[in-house]
Amino acid sequence: MNLTAIDWVIMFLYFAFVLGIGVFLKRYMKTSTDFFLAGRSLPAWVCGIAFMAANLGAVEVIGMGASGAKYGIATSHFYWIGAIPAMVFIGLFMMPFYYGSRARSVPEFLRLRFDEKTRGFNAILFAIMTVLSSGISMYAMAKLIQVLHILDLPLAKMGLPMSWSFHLSVFISALIVLGYVFLGGLTSAIYNEVLQFFLIVAGFLPLVYLGLKNVGGWSGLKTQLPSGFTHSWQGMTNAQNNPLGVEWFGLAMGLGFTLSFGYWCTNFLVVQRAMAAGSMLDARRTPLIAAVPKMFFPALVILPGMIALAVPQQQAVTVNGVVQMQTVNNGGRGLIPQKIDEATGKPAVDSQGKPLLDYNLAIPNMLLHYFPTGLLGLGLTALLASFMSGMAGNVTAFNTVWTYDIYQSYIHKGASDKHYLHMGQFATVFGILFSIAAAYAATRYENLMDFLQLVFAFVNAPLFATFLLGMFWKRTTGHGAFTGLVSGTAVALLHHGSTLARGDLPGIKGGFIAVLHRYPSEMAQNFWTAIWAFSVCFIITVAVTLFTKPREEKELVGLVYSLTERPSEEHLSWYQRPAYLGGLVLVLAVVLNIIFR
Amino acid sequence: MNLDIRYPIGWMFSLFGVILALFGLLGDKQIYARSLGININFDAGVGLLVFGVLMLLLAWRGAAKTKPGPQTGTQG
Repeated sequence: MNLTAIDWVIMFLYFAFVLGIGVFLKRYMKTSTDFFLAGRSLPAWVCGIAFMAANLGAVEVIGMGASGAKYGIATSHFYWIGAIPAMVFIGLFMMPFYYGSRARSVPEFLRLRFDEKTRGFNAILFAIMTVLSSGISMYAMAKLIQVLHILDLPLAKMGLPMSWSFHLSVFISALIVLGYVFLGGLTSAIYNEVLQFFLIVAGFLPLVYLGLKNVGGWSGLKTQLPSGFTHSWQGMTNAQNNPLGVEWFGLAMGLGFTLSFGYWCTNFLVVQRAMAAGSMLDARRTPLIAAVPKMFFPALVILPGMIALAVPQQQAVTVNGVVQMQTVNNGGRGLIPQKIDEATGKPAVDSQGKPLLDYNLAIPNMLLHYFPTGLLGLGLTALLASFMSGMAGNVTAFNTVWTYDIYQSYIHKGASDKHYLHMGQFATVFGILFSIAAAYAATRYENLMDFLQLVFAFVNAPLFATFLLGMFWKRTTGHGAFTGLVSGTAVALLHHGSTLARGDLPGIKGGFIAVLHRYPSEMAQNFWTAIWAFSVCFIITVAVTLFTKPREEKELVGLVYSLTERPSEEHLSWYQRPAYLGGLVLVLAVVLNIIFR
Repeated sequence: MNLDIRYPIGWMFSLFGVILALFGLLGDKQIYARSLGININFDAGVGLLVFGVLMLLLAWRGAAKTKPGPQTGTQG
C-alpha cells in the first residue's frame, strides 16, 4: 500500500473537522439533555441520516461487501425485506410512544411501561453489548489497518516496529472518538455520522462506477456471475436451492420480522437518533427519511463485493517506470484472496479441504485496485470514518444508558442535573477504556467475535415481542414482560445449543448441548433461533400476564396504543405526513424486490 | 442545535474537492492506469466541490431566513 502526501492530507483534514465540531459544540453542553439527547432539537433530515448511518459502521460496510461476494444480490434481503419494513413500523407506530412518553432511553421506556426489573435486565445487557460492539469495531479497524499495511511506512520512518500498527490504530481511534464524544456528546456523534454518510457515498460512488465500467455494466456482471448471484429471489422456495441456504418462510419471519424489527425498533443505538429530533413529527419522520437512502445502499455496499468477484485478476504493476496491468494468481477469485490461517501462516481450508476465501477483503481490495492516490485517501478516510462512528454510536448509547438507567436509578438517585452531565462525560471515558480492553481480548481469543455476535442475537431476538405486546395490548404486565424476556433469551440459547449448520463442528457455532437438527446454513440457524426466541417470549408473556394483575389504565396513557391520542396530521400536506411517506417507502421497496427478483 | 451541520459538510467537501481536482489537473497522469484511464481524481474532485458549495448555499440560505419557521406538529 502506497499512500502519498495527498492521502494523508485528506485523512488529517477529516480528523481536524471531526474534532473541530466537538470543540465548537462544547459550549452548548449545558444540561444532561444537551449531552445525551442533543437537546432534542435536531432537524429530521439530520436525525434520519444519523439513524441510518449509526448502523453503517465499517463492520457493516465490510460485512455487506463480503456477503455480496459470497451470496450475491440476495444480500439485499437484509435491506429490502429486513430493514425497510421495520423502519416504517417504528416511524408510524412506535415513535409516538418513545417520543411522546419523554422516555430518555429504551430501558427507561420499559420502566415506564412495565417495571424496574424489566428495565434493569435490559439496561445491563445493553450496556455490556455496546462496549463490546465498540471494542469489536476498534479491533476490526486496527486489524484492517495492519492487513493493508497503512501505517507501515510512517512506522518505519519513526523507527518503530511493525507490530505497533495495531496499538497505534487502537490508541489513535480511541483518542479521536473520546475527544469528540466527550466534548459534544450525542450531537457530536450524530454530526459525525452525517459526515461519514456523505463520505461513504463520495468514496463508494466512483468505486461502483469504475467497477461496473470494467465488468461491462450490470448486464456484463450478470453474464460473469452465476444466475443465483444476480436474482435475489431465485430458489427461495427451498433452502437447498439458493446460496443463503434459507427458504422464504425462514427469511421472511426470521430476518424480515423478528431480527430486523428487534434491531431497528428496540435497539437504543438507533432509537436514540430519533429521540434527538426537535418535535414528534420530526421523530416520526426520522426512520422514514432514513429508509430512503437505506433502500439504495445495496448499490454502494453489496455491488462492489459482487464486482470484486467478477473482476479479472489483474494488478497495476510498474515495470521500468511504466504502469502495466498484469494478471496475477493468488489462489482466490477475482479480487478476493485466499484466507490465510493466522496460526500457521498457510492458506486456510474448510472441512473438505477446499480453500477458503477472505471475503472481508472484497471492499478494501476494490479500493486498492481502482483508486489512484488521492481518491484512495478519500476512500480509506470513509472506511475509517465509519469504523469510528460505529464506535461513537455505541459509546453514546452506552453513556446514556449507564447514566440514566444504571447510575441514576440504582447507584445515585436525586443528584443535580450537572452531576449527571459530568457522569456522562466520565462514562464516555471508561466506556472507551472498556472498548479498548474488549479489542485486546479479541486479539487473544479468536472466537470472541463469533461468541459476542451470538450473545447479541440471544439478547435482541426476544425483545421485540415484549415491545409489541407492551405497546398494543394494554393488559400486558411487568411480571409477564420480565418472565417472557428471560425465557425467550434462554430458549435462544437452548435452540442454538441443540442445532448446528451443515459443515460446522459442535462448539461456538452451536450444538454444544446435543445436535438434534441440522440447518443448511448458519444463516438459517440464526433466523430460526430468532423465530424461536420471539415466539416463546410472546407466548410466555401472554400466559404470565393472564395470571397477574394489570396496571391501572390511567397510568398507561401515552404508553399504549389504544390509550394514546393519535398525533394529528390533518394540517399537513400529503408529503409531510408520516403515513404517506411510509406507504411510499414500502411501495418503493416492493418495486426494488420485483426488479431484482 | 446551534451549529448548522451543513457548514462543516460544505467546507469539508469543498476543500476535498479542490484538493482532488487540482491534484488531478496538475499531478502525474500515469497513476490513472488503474482507474481505467479515467482521471478519477479530477472528476470526483469536481463532483465533491459542487456538492460542498451546494451545502454551503443551503446553509447560508437557511441562516438568512433566520430560523423561526412554522413549528409543525409539536406534541408531547
